[in-house]
Order: sequence, then C-alpha cells, then structure tokens
Amino acid sequence: MGRFKKKQAKTKQGVPTSAMPDVVFMLLIFFMVTTVLREVELQVQIEYTRAENIEKIEQKRLVSYIYVGPERLGGGNLGETRVQIDDTLIDDLGSIRNIMYDKLMDEPRLIVSLRVDADSEFGIITDVQQELRHAQTLRINYSTLREI
Amino acid sequence: MLDKQQRREEPEINGSSLADIAFLLLIFFLVVTTIDVDAGIGLVLPPIPDDIEPPPVRERNLLNILVNAQGMVLLDEEPAAISEVRQRIIDFVDNPNNDPNLSESPDDAIVSIKTDRRTPYNVYIDMLDEVMGAYNELRNTASQNRFGVPYSALEDDSVQQEEIRDMYPKRISIAEPDEG
Repeated sequence: MGRFKKKQAKTKQGVPTSAMPDVVFMLLIFFMVTTVLREVELQVQIEYTRAENIEKIEQKRLVSYIYVGPERLGGGNLGETRVQIDDTLIDDLGSIRNIMYDKLMDEPRLIVSLRVDADSEFGIITDVQQELRHAQTLRINYSTLREI
Repeated sequence: MLDKQQRREEPEINGSSLADIAFLLLIFFLVVTTIDVDAGIGLVLPPIPDDIEPPPVRERNLLNILVNAQGMVLLDEEPAAISEVRQRIIDFVDNPNNDPNLSESPDDAIVSIKTDRRTPYNVYIDMLDEVMGAYNELRNTASQNRFGVPYSALEDDSVQQEEIRDMYPKRISIAEPDEG
C-alpha cells in the first residue's frame, strides 16, 4: 500500500503552461483587430427603436453616421432635438449638404446611417433627408435594434 | 576551463512575464471593445428631380399610407391598424385575383408613406418595418416556390436573388410630410 502511494506522488501533476502566452496573444490579436474605438463623443441622447426586418451593414468602412436626438445638457437634463455629425452639433441644417457631399467624394459608396432617438419627431428627419438628397448621398439606413 | 564556462552562460531574456503583459493588454482591449452591430432598415432615397414632372402613376398602382401625429394610420383613405398593414400590402402588391382596385403587377406597385411632421419616429419605423416585412414575405414565398429555399438562403448578388428581386422590386415612396 505504501509503495503504491509513493509511486503516485512521483508523477507530475501540473498542466503545462508554456503555451499560454501564445493563446493569450492570439486572443489579444483577435480583439485588437475587431476593436473599433468609439470615434465620436455623443452629445445627443439616443434611445434606439426596434424593428424586425432589418439588414446588417457588412462594410463598416462605408458607413457615416448622423445622430439625431435631444441634446444632453449637464446634470442629466435633455434639451432640444439636435443633429450631430462626427463631433459637432449642427446648427444650420443646410450645412449637412456640404459635409455629406465631401464625404461622398471621399467614399463614393457611402452609406449614411441615421441613428435617431425613438421619440423624435419625423419632421427633422425629413429635413435631414432632403439635405442628403441634395448631397446625392442616397443610400441610407435607419439604425434600429432587433425586435425581441 | 575558464573559456568553456563562459560559453555556457547563454544570454537570455526572462520570458515568464510575457503572459502577464499579454493578459494586461488583452483585458484592456476586452474592456474597450464595443461589438455593436450596425443593423437597420436600408433605403435608397430618390434623387432630387431636375424639374421633370414625375411620370404619371395610375391610381390603382398606388397604395397610400398616411400616418398622423398621433400615430393613427390611413390606408387608401380608410383607417387601419398597424398590425393589418402587412397583409394589405401583400394583397395589394401580389394581387392574385386581379382585383381591378389593386396593383396591375408587382412591378408597377408603389407603396407611398406619408407622415405628419410631428409623427413620432418610432411609429414611422414601425410602419416601414411592416412594409419591409410584407416585401420580405412576398420574396420568400416566390423563392420558396421557385428554388425551394427561403430568400435569405440565396447567395448575395446571385442570379436567383436578382430574379426574385426583379419579381418584387421594392418601390417605396417617402412623401414629404405636411406642415403641421
């Protein structure tokens, strides 16, 4: 009995960990590649609406975002509905035309993703859409979540 | 003897902390990553017309959907619930019994959505969702009948997908809203 015990104690127990850095590096590289760092600071509050029949945008590079929603004021208060492109709030909706036109020149297959707060009124979206039509950026996408 | 000892001393960087460094970086990227999928309802806006009168559309080929500020729906001048819109669109576009009041062919059918300026955005999206749902259903049925697979199973930009898309082209018109 004693001899048997001794034999068991002699066998190595630990899991080999020499490959762990490789595994971790692989994961690391995966996350580095997939990460899209948040490129804009949202200045408007957006509560997405839900829809059933949605399609995914596969090519993220083509997408440019327009955010529409109530402005975030200090202390968790919400202000008027505003339009944000990149990092700036748009005061004059007429300037959207030039901004989007420039973007279209850089990327002819541009898709404009409209990220709109569920409670905004449709009027402002129409104004934005009119500007998009003037800018010839006709492919749009209403960003929504999947209906559960 | 001395010479031999020196050769044995191989210069080596201690690699045991490599895993720790990698883990730290990994955790950083895990925290920072936002895998948010870009999904939504795609649409192609009509270009601004160059002062050319739009071609006349026959009344029977046009399905008018009106949504007011309270989110109530008028389908061709009759009040309707959002839930019944999908079936109505399917009937209208497909028109299997050649009803003279419904569209001549799926190719001619135009669904027009008109809203008030104060219509809530989510009501509009619900409406558009129903229209998209109706077209998806029609395309699915057509694909099922012809190829035995649902539309979504067809390869992107394949001949089959094109064929189904040509059978039921999405003709959706977003009318400019009334001032309200």
